[in-house]
Amino acid sequence: MSLRLDHLAFRYEAMDMIFDAVFPAGGFTAVIGPSGGGKSTLLNLVAGFETPLAGRVLIDDADVTALPPDRRPVSMIFQDNNVFAHLSVRQNVALGISPALRLEPAQAQRVEAALADVGLDGLAHRKPGELSGGERQRVAVARALVRDRPVLLLDEPFAALGPALRRDMLDLLRAKQQARGLTVVMVTHQPEDAIHAASHTAYLEAGRIVALRPTADLFAATDVPGLAAYLGDWRNTVL
Amino acid sequence: MKKTLTALFALVLLAAPAAAKETLTIYTYDSFVAEWGPGPKVKEEFEKVCDCTVEWVAPGDGVALLNRLKLEGASTKADVVLGLDTNLTAEARATGLFGKHDLDVASAKTPIPWTDDHFMPFDYGYFAVVYDTQAMTTPPKSLDELVNGDAAQKIVLQDPRSSTPGLGFLLWMKKVYGDKAAEAWKKLQPRVLTVTPGWSEAYALFTKGEAPMVLSYTTSPAYHVIAENSERYKAAGFAEGHYLQVEVAGLIEASPRKDLARKFLAFMMGPGFQDQIPTTNWMFPAGETSGPLPPAFDALVKPDKTLLFTPEEVDQNRRAWIDEWLNATTQ
Amino acid sequence: MAERHNTVIAYQPSRAPALAALAFLGLALTAGFLPVLAMGIRQGLAGLDPYILRVLSFTLLQAGLSTALSLAIGLPLARALARRRVFPGRFLLLRLLNLPLALPSIVVIIGLVEVYGAGGWLGGLFALYGLQGILLAHVFFNVPLAARLVLADLERIPEENWKLAAQLGLGPWALWRIVEWPRVRGGMASAALLIFLLCASSFAVVLTLGGGPRATTLEVAIYQSLRADFDPQRAAMLALVQFALCAVLALLAQRWGGLVPDVPMLRASARRFDGRSGAARVLDAGLILLVLLLLLPPLLALAASGLQHIALTAPLLRAMLTSLLLGAASAGLAFLLVWPLAMLAVRGALWRRVAALAVLASWIVPPAALATGWFISLIAYAGPLWLSALLVIAMNAMMALPFVARVLMPALGRSAEVHDRLCLGLGIGGWNRLRVVEFPAVRRAAGLALVMALILSLGDLTAISLFGTQDFVTLPALIYRQMGSYRFDDAVGTALVLGLVVLALSALAERWGET
Repeated sequence: MSLRLDHLAFRYEAMDMIFDAVFPAGGFTAVIGPSGGGKSTLLNLVAGFETPLAGRVLIDDADVTALPPDRRPVSMIFQDNNVFAHLSVRQNVALGISPALRLEPAQAQRVEAALADVGLDGLAHRKPGELSGGERQRVAVARALVRDRPVLLLDEPFAALGPALRRDMLDLLRAKQQARGLTVVMVTHQPEDAIHAASHTAYLEAGRIVALRPTADLFAATDVPGLAAYLGDWRNTVL
Repeated sequence: MKKTLTALFALVLLAAPAAAKETLTIYTYDSFVAEWGPGPKVKEEFEKVCDCTVEWVAPGDGVALLNRLKLEGASTKADVVLGLDTNLTAEARATGLFGKHDLDVASAKTPIPWTDDHFMPFDYGYFAVVYDTQAMTTPPKSLDELVNGDAAQKIVLQDPRSSTPGLGFLLWMKKVYGDKAAEAWKKLQPRVLTVTPGWSEAYALFTKGEAPMVLSYTTSPAYHVIAENSERYKAAGFAEGHYLQVEVAGLIEASPRKDLARKFLAFMMGPGFQDQIPTTNWMFPAGETSGPLPPAFDALVKPDKTLLFTPEEVDQNRRAWIDEWLNATTQ
Repeated sequence: MAERHNTVIAYQPSRAPALAALAFLGLALTAGFLPVLAMGIRQGLAGLDPYILRVLSFTLLQAGLSTALSLAIGLPLARALARRRVFPGRFLLLRLLNLPLALPSIVVIIGLVEVYGAGGWLGGLFALYGLQGILLAHVFFNVPLAARLVLADLERIPEENWKLAAQLGLGPWALWRIVEWPRVRGGMASAALLIFLLCASSFAVVLTLGGGPRATTLEVAIYQSLRADFDPQRAAMLALVQFALCAVLALLAQRWGGLVPDVPMLRASARRFDGRSGAARVLDAGLILLVLLLLLPPLLALAASGLQHIALTAPLLRAMLTSLLLGAASAGLAFLLVWPLAMLAVRGALWRRVAALAVLASWIVPPAALATGWFISLIAYAGPLWLSALLVIAMNAMMALPFVARVLMPALGRSAEVHDRLCLGLGIGGWNRLRVVEFPAVRRAAGLALVMALILSLGDLTAISLFGTQDFVTLPALIYRQMGSYRFDDAVGTALVLGLVVLALSALAERWGET
């Protein structure tokens, strides 16, 4: 399903933002750019946590701008606090199906399947306090899977994890995205995350999406204002 | 900032006089030394004639006063204790802290002849049911009428466990009904709006119009006449007589300033002290005043009969009588 | 959120100040409790006679009902206020919620009588005398307290939880069950404990509105046995009963409340996404209006009659100054006692238990017994004004401890989560950590804690009536003195001044917390 932002306007303190972009259907788009440029705001607008001043959010050509967050075909995973500390892993995932935590057998099956999918089978009865940081993010991914919404937004989801673990999580995400044909938008501060997992990458600065291209093209580009300064000599050392 | 605070503290706390004169320490109850009470004027008048400094210490009401003394025992800093009433003097005497006053008991102008050689009275008053003339046209004419009267016409009483008028009313009931007091309490029960911890709460409820009657003093109407120019509140005269409260002072035997203390007690019985009593303490003077009482005092209810238990009777029976009241009113 | 549990090397604040605070509290309690207990035991403890049992059961009944009602109204109010972040008068309302705690009960009773009494605006709506009257007054005092405490907890829920809830489409009930209740449950237990203790030790309200001696609480009985009867045997027995009651409640509250670890939160105050439907708006507005209807009329009645009688006389100004100085000193002392304990309590289970009991010190031993004990212990030094001042300050500080701890501990806990490893890494410790990290980080909570302690001390009558002297009159003491000599209107004027001081202080504390 395609995700289109049509002259979506927002204002945060002194900064005016206008987002105008089409995120490819079934694609994995990474969003990079300087801090304070509006990356999280972009996701919040899509998920319905912020109300735009003007413009539209179109998902699969349907206008969802006026819909409350739970009525949008969107799931979102945050950097922190994705899980409720007092609920077990299984309950945290089950919330994605029923807020009342009352599941029919088939639904319970889906929860177990999702847990197995993200490698959490065996930990289902644990409380989040007993899990590592990576495992907690897996719970969030499993919940997004059982929610089964075509658009998945991630706001620096793996920023707190080490390189190897991060790579594992990205691989997991990429596999699920391809298996289910999800449209993924992921904000990250790590260009290598984008290169590793994203089919497309957007560069966002000062409230504008400056460029959105296939990942390899973007990192090779010399015509994107600000990008060179943002990446610094990273390109020389990595690429 | 810190300095300012320290200075402020010094200002508030160390306002004590730094004179080298002899200091007479008098323990009394709190409202006696209020700015509008008799305390400031009495201090001023006595200091004119004694070449000393008067220091008031006011730890609360009369009961608190006695407890403070009991706790302090012989180490008390008090030279004079002013503000106990006859319900407490037996207990006070039993502490052994008080000395004889050596004054002429005949100089005391109390409704009953004064005989106590340890304590001298400085004022007295009668307990009375005060009523609101705008809410009540036919007040009870006797305690019996109060007890048996219309339950729709309520009265606010005070708790004898925590209040002087409350204890006074308990003794009044006991004096009039004797062995039948418990029965009388039960009959009175429907007329009682509530029983407050102190006089203030009761009188506040009364003046706010919560009940047409309150237990107070025969002198209460004088306050409203003199301070508010209002004749609205009146005391009801009771045929059985009224219970008396006499407030007394005594000197501490171990005080190194016993002569000065005695001089104060003598001063207490004269105009320099007594002139203050009617319109600051709202009680009747128990000694010599320089002139007649204010006219408002003449119009007050004058009891036909004065009721009073001896201090010893009160001391021996108070607890039992309070328990009797508790049992009668909580069942 | 669980990083803390996995960290082997943990930041350890110095134990010395905490031990000093414990020593101070221990000394204060020993000096207060032992003499009374010793006197009682020497003469043979009184038995649990029917009178004590009746008093105990009435205490439990009225305090239990008062607490339940206060929470039943305070909790939805807090939720409504948390959902409605912007509406005209919200700031003023939040400050008004501080007011009842500081008003002497006689003043509140007069306010209630003006509204619900025989000649009042809403006369006849409630039966003012009897259990109903007691409950009404206690609800007036404690709904605002409950709302303030729960609101603080609700505002600490991280924003991601609200986003997640919005995305998952949690309805009001599921939101309550999954997001809000787990986060307020612990705080509710301690709030309930505080309110229960306040109601159980309520004196003037219970006697005045109770309708007669049937309404007698433990505090009244202790007062009677210590002051009127001077009967240490019964006093010691009653003190032991209160001790047991308090200890049991404290343990229960801890058990119930200590289950959910606090989650660190970086943002000051999260946005919520619920309650946007018309029905929710109407519900919240209705709730807030209802509580305003409960709170405002008595306060307005007092203000209306007080306004005509404000006379800024020298005694009034002196009393105000005395009140403020004593209050500031008490709040400062309470803060100094709680801080080191809280620093350790948020980092270890043992200290958490120690601190939870320590801050209840002045409630475990009834204030009247405590004061009498101090008096006996210090008899040799009695007299000087500075000692009276110190005792008043110490007692007020001890009464304020649980309130300060209730506000300060979650904030310090959060700061520990966020800053401990950073500070370990940078080698920031001791005084520097306090100055550079902790204090700025918990500024808001510290302001609220200080102002609550200050307000509580401003309204104190227990300590001042036991240790006060004629030169040493606070605003509530002045109010009582005025009432004791027919000056009821002046007293209401003084109460209005007290109320205005409280409002000004609340405003000041909030501004201080914001900057």
